[in-house]
Amino acid sequence: MRFMVIVKGTEDTEKGVMPTEQELTEMGAYNEELVKAGVMLAGEGLLPSSKGARVRFDEKGGSTVIDGPFAETKELVAGFWILEVSSREEVLEWVRKAPFRGGEVEVRQVASAEDFGDAMTPELREQEDRLRATSAAQHGS
Amino acid sequence: MTGPAPTASATHRVVDAVWRMESAKLIGALTRVTGDVGLAEELAQDALLAALEQWPESGIPAKPGAWLMATAKHRAIDTFRRAERLERKTAELGRELAVRESTEPDWAAALDEVVEDDVLRLVFISCHPVLSREARVALTLRLIGGLATDEIARAFLVPEPTVAQRIVRAKRTLTAAHVPFEVPTGADFTARVSSVLEVLYLIFNEGYAATSGEHWTRPALCQEALRLGRIVAELLPGESEVHGLVALLELQASRLAARTGPDGEPVLLGDQDRGRWDHVLIGRGLAALRRAERSGGALGPYALQAAIAACHARAGSVEQTDWPRIAALYDALAQLAPSPVVELNRAVAVSRAYGAAAGLELADALTDVPALRGYHLLPSVRGDLLEQLGRSAEAGAEFRRAASLTRNERERELLLDRAAACGPAVPGPREP
Repeated sequence: MRFMVIVKGTEDTEKGVMPTEQELTEMGAYNEELVKAGVMLAGEGLLPSSKGARVRFDEKGGSTVIDGPFAETKELVAGFWILEVSSREEVLEWVRKAPFRGGEVEVRQVASAEDFGDAMTPELREQEDRLRATSAAQHGS
Repeated sequence: MTGPAPTASATHRVVDAVWRMESAKLIGALTRVTGDVGLAEELAQDALLAALEQWPESGIPAKPGAWLMATAKHRAIDTFRRAERLERKTAELGRELAVRESTEPDWAAALDEVVEDDVLRLVFISCHPVLSREARVALTLRLIGGLATDEIARAFLVPEPTVAQRIVRAKRTLTAAHVPFEVPTGADFTARVSSVLEVLYLIFNEGYAATSGEHWTRPALCQEALRLGRIVAELLPGESEVHGLVALLELQASRLAARTGPDGEPVLLGDQDRGRWDHVLIGRGLAALRRAERSGGALGPYALQAAIAACHARAGSVEQTDWPRIAALYDALAQLAPSPVVELNRAVAVSRAYGAAAGLELADALTDVPALRGYHLLPSVRGDLLEQLGRSAEAGAEFRRAASLTRNERERELLLDRAAACGPAVPGPREP
């Protein structure tokens, strides 16, 4: 099963404060451990929300773009991992090893197509199919 | 001794998870220090039992891996001292001088040391050619994967005592053969790596295409092989074929969900809903293939198979697939690792690239190959090609023959359905 581990924003991540050398070393070692254990599928850190934007949709489907930064720091995402493990307990034990001091990390299970049940019609699947084929072709270039 | 017992208790589930994460490192370090993989595993298991006893009371320690290591270390030192006392007593009885210096090695310090190669050495020991294939598979899942004996038994559909015996014997064989705990060098290295890759491939295939039983796939076993493959690829980053195998496994695994229909029936590649392919694994598989290609030299058999799987992964449909490239890759594979099964696959690719008649010609050349006599995929492929050429009666006969040869019940149903679609069986002369 797959989990997304979501690292929440802090004042520092929002200000774009660079991690110290020690923090970088610790995080590097942690990432290496995840990779060497064969559990890390992906992981990225995000730039501050000042470099991002939100797109808000109204009920008619119209949209408005709102440029960052955004105020509610703790609700922002500063980075994520995608981990593949055999149980919820395992992902939590991996997260507990992360070299954070302060802050919060949210752990969510990734849904598979089966979890969408009947809402996933054959047409939707076909559409997703085209998207994935394109994406795979891009990865493979 | 068994691994963590399945239990409803939350703490026990955490212990299971920690064991899965830490056991290979633990057993690796203990083997390095004690020089005996059997003893190392016993010590690690003792630490595991201690955790199962103590953690429900004391709570999960802040650093569970370090806790297990510290506990195992104490047991290791106790064991050594006991053995030494016994040895001294024997020496005194034999009126030999017991003046030898205490030879207790500094195990405590040695166990505190983190040695990068511990897990790699453990992989090489588990996959040692002195062991039978079954033993290598069981020992690898046990020592590197951290699986309990009953989990391995269930995955391979064999009784638990059989697996337990296999593991006990394997450890004895390793001790008797004085197999060193080391990363092989020189000419030996390539052969030993091949043995490791073969074990991982066997584990994956056992899960991917169950040769018997009702279940078409056993995904957990595939995932385990994939995890082990990723671990080994990190340990041997310069080995092209290791990346080739990982690429192959990632790409094959990306199709796991699509290979089974709603009622558990097998769905063949051409009929699979490609939207159900796992694009995360496809991306990883293609990246691993690039690493294999970049490692230099000609691609090995695993990387070539991965390159073939990559052609499928990149294609939006059977029609859009680059069949001429696949046919060429099979040609390269046939030269590198000639086998009738590869020839049969080449026949399929050629039929797609250049027409059913061209493919059938290659497949027909295989009907006299003794190795394929009981192989259900040969009549299955011939049936498919004959059907495309409009030779329905012959196609039906081939599908029925294939159905009588397969050991997989689901696959048999599928083949009989295809035979039925070709019309009723025609009585008449059969080919020899």
